[in-house]
Amino acid sequence: MQNALIILESLPNIAWGLFTTLGLVITALAVGLAVGLPLGVIQVYWGNSLFSRPIAIYVWFLRGLPSLVLLFLFYYGLFPLLGVDLPPFFVGAAVLGLRSSAYQSQIFRGAILSVDQGQMQAARSLGMSKPCAIENVILPQALRIALPAWSNEYPILLTDSSVCYAIGVMEMLTRASLQVSRTRAPVPLYLATAVIFIIMNYIGMRILRSAERRFHIPGFGGS
Amino acid sequence: MGDVILKVRDIHKRFDSEEVLRGVSFDVQKGDVKVFIGPSGTGKSTLLRCLNRLVEPDSGQIWLGDDEITHAVDIDGVRRRMGMVFQNFYLFDHLTALRNVEIALIKVLKMQKASARELAMSELSRVGMERFAGKYPAELSGGQAQRVSIARSLAMNPEVMLFDEPTSALDPELTGEVLEVMKKLASGGMTMLVVSHEMEFAYSVANEVLFMEGGVVVERGAPREIRNDAASDSPGRFERTRAFLRRIDG
Amino acid sequence: MDDSIRFIMEDLSGPLLQGTLASLKLIVCSVPFGLALGFMLASGWVYGNKPVSWLCRTYVALVKGTPLLILLFIIYFCLPSFGLTLSPFFASVLGFIMCNGAYNSEYIRGAILSVRSGQLIAARSLGMSRAQAIISIVMPQAARRALPGCSNEIIYLVKYSSLAYILSYIELTGAGKMIATRSFRFTLVFSIIGLVYLVMVTIASIIFMWLEKKLAVPGFEAKRQ
Repeated sequence: MQNALIILESLPNIAWGLFTTLGLVITALAVGLAVGLPLGVIQVYWGNSLFSRPIAIYVWFLRGLPSLVLLFLFYYGLFPLLGVDLPPFFVGAAVLGLRSSAYQSQIFRGAILSVDQGQMQAARSLGMSKPCAIENVILPQALRIALPAWSNEYPILLTDSSVCYAIGVMEMLTRASLQVSRTRAPVPLYLATAVIFIIMNYIGMRILRSAERRFHIPGFGGS
Repeated sequence: MGDVILKVRDIHKRFDSEEVLRGVSFDVQKGDVKVFIGPSGTGKSTLLRCLNRLVEPDSGQIWLGDDEITHAVDIDGVRRRMGMVFQNFYLFDHLTALRNVEIALIKVLKMQKASARELAMSELSRVGMERFAGKYPAELSGGQAQRVSIARSLAMNPEVMLFDEPTSALDPELTGEVLEVMKKLASGGMTMLVVSHEMEFAYSVANEVLFMEGGVVVERGAPREIRNDAASDSPGRFERTRAFLRRIDG
Repeated sequence: MDDSIRFIMEDLSGPLLQGTLASLKLIVCSVPFGLALGFMLASGWVYGNKPVSWLCRTYVALVKGTPLLILLFIIYFCLPSFGLTLSPFFASVLGFIMCNGAYNSEYIRGAILSVRSGQLIAARSLGMSRAQAIISIVMPQAARRALPGCSNEIIYLVKYSSLAYILSYIELTGAGKMIATRSFRFTLVFSIIGLVYLVMVTIASIIFMWLEKKLAVPGFEAKRQ
C-alpha cells in the first residue's frame, strides 16, 4: 500500500525522463545511421582507398571500448580538451551515436556484400555511374536486408542509454535513483523503472517489425 | 561494305595466370546478327564484357561507330549505346518489372517520370510482358524475367545488343519465348552479338557464326555453310566446329 | 611528454594493474555460470513442458528488456529489503551472469533448433534416453553452432564489466576514474584504460577464434558476423 503511494508520487518524475531517454536513443540512432552508412559503403566500394585503414581502426576502437569508458573519455577528457563545453545529454548522445555508427557500418557492409554482384553489373551496363548504381540499385536492396539487424540497434541503445547515468544525464535511471534517495524505497521505484524500459523495448520492436513488413518485397530478404 | 558499327581489333585479356582472350578481331555491320559458340571457358562472355568494358581489356582496340571506346572516359555514355542481357537476368530484385525498365530512363537519360513510364510500358508490350508490369522479379518465371531484362536494355535505344547466354539458365520449355523475342528483334534490324548454343536460332537469323576456342576465334562462316558442313561427313572448312556441335548434340 | 611517461609509470601503472586483475576476476567468475545458465534456459525453452518453457522465455524477455545497470541496481539496492545483502563484487557477478545467460540462451536455442531432428531420432533408435540423446548428441552439435554468438556475448561482458564501478567495486574503470579525478589527466588516463580494454577484447576474440578452429568439424562451420 505504501509502495503504491510512493510509486504514484514519484512515477511522474521518473517517467519525465522517458523523453530524455528516447532523445538519447533517437539521436544516437540517427548519428549512427548518418555516419555508419557512408562508412559501410566506402568499406565495400572504395575498400582500397586511403580511407579504408582509418575506418577499420575507427570501428575497432569504438567497438572495443566499454560505453562507460567512452563516456568518461569524451565528457571529462576530449571535449574539455578541445574547449567544447557540451551539456551531458549531448555528450551522451554523441558517444552512443558514434559507438552505434561503428556497429551500424558493419551491418550495412554485410548487407551490401550480400546483394548479388550481378546487380551492379546490370546497372553499370545500363550506363549508370557507380554512385548512381549504389544509390538506386544497391542501397534500396541492402537497406532492406539490413533492416532486421539494424532494428536490433534500438534495444541495444535503449538499454545502453542508462549508462549515461554515470555522467548525470537526467534520463530515467538517474531520476529513479534521485527519487530513491529521497524516498528510501528502492524496490518499487527500480522495478517500476525496469518495467517502463521493458514496455519501451516492446513498443519499439513492434514498430520496427511493422516497418519491416511494410518494406517487404516478394521473394526478398528473410522476413 | 555497309556501315561498320562495331570494330574489334586484337583484344587480349588475362585473369591472373590465365589468358582468357588471346587476340580476337571482327567487324559488325549495322543490322548484323553474330552468334558466338564454343566450349565453356573460352572467353565468349569475357569478350562481350570487354566490349562494354564491364571487364577492362588488357590490349587491343574497340570502335563503336566512329569513336574509339577502348579507353573512353565517358564509359557510362558508351554503355548507354550498348544493351546487355545477362545469363542470370540480373533484374533489380527490389523493383517491379515496370520500374526495372524505367529506372535507367529516369536516372541515366533523365527522362520525365510520365514519359519514362509510357516508354517502359511500350517496351514491355514489345516483349509481351505488359500484363506483368506490376510483378516483382521473384514472382516471374525465368523466361518472363529474361524478357523483362531485354525490354530494360531495349528501352535505352541501344545501337548494339549484347546477349550473354540469354537462355542457358532457363528450363528448356522456357527458352522458346525468349528466342521468339530475339528473332523478332533481329528481323526488326537490331544489331546483335549473341553468345549462345541455340543453333536453331543461329541458323535462322544469324549472318555469321563464330566458333571460339582457347581465347581466339578458330573458325567462322555463314550459318548455312556451317549447318551443311555439320551434316556432312566429308572433310570441310569447319572441322573443329563440327566436332563441337556433335559433342553438344550428344 | 617526459612528465606523462613518469606519471604513467609511477602513478598509473600500479592501480591500473590491480584494476585489470579485478576486472578479470569479475569476468572469469561470470563466464562459466553465464554459459551454464544459457544452456539451462535454452534447454528449458526448447525441451521443457509448457510452464517451464514459458518461464524460460519470459525470463529472457524481461532480462533483455532491462538495462544491465538497472538490473545491477535492483540486485544491489533492492535485495537487502528482502534480507539478502550482497557485496558489490557478488552483486555485479550475479547481474552479469543473469544478463549474459539470457543473451547466450538465444544463440544456444537457435543452435539446438538447427540440429536436424533425425539426429535425435537416430540416437533414440540406438536406445539412448531422451536426456542422454540431448546431452551427448544434440548439445555437442549445438555448442559448436552457438559458439560464435556466445563468444560475442562474452566479449560484450568484458566491456560491460566496467559497470561494476557504479556499484563502487573498484575494477579497471573505477581505478582509472580515481586517478583521473586526483590528477586531472582525464584524456590520458581514459585513453590508456580504453587501450587496456581493447587489448582484453582483442585477446578474447583471438582465443575464441582459436577455440572455434580447434572444435571445428566439417559441416559445422558457423559463420561469424
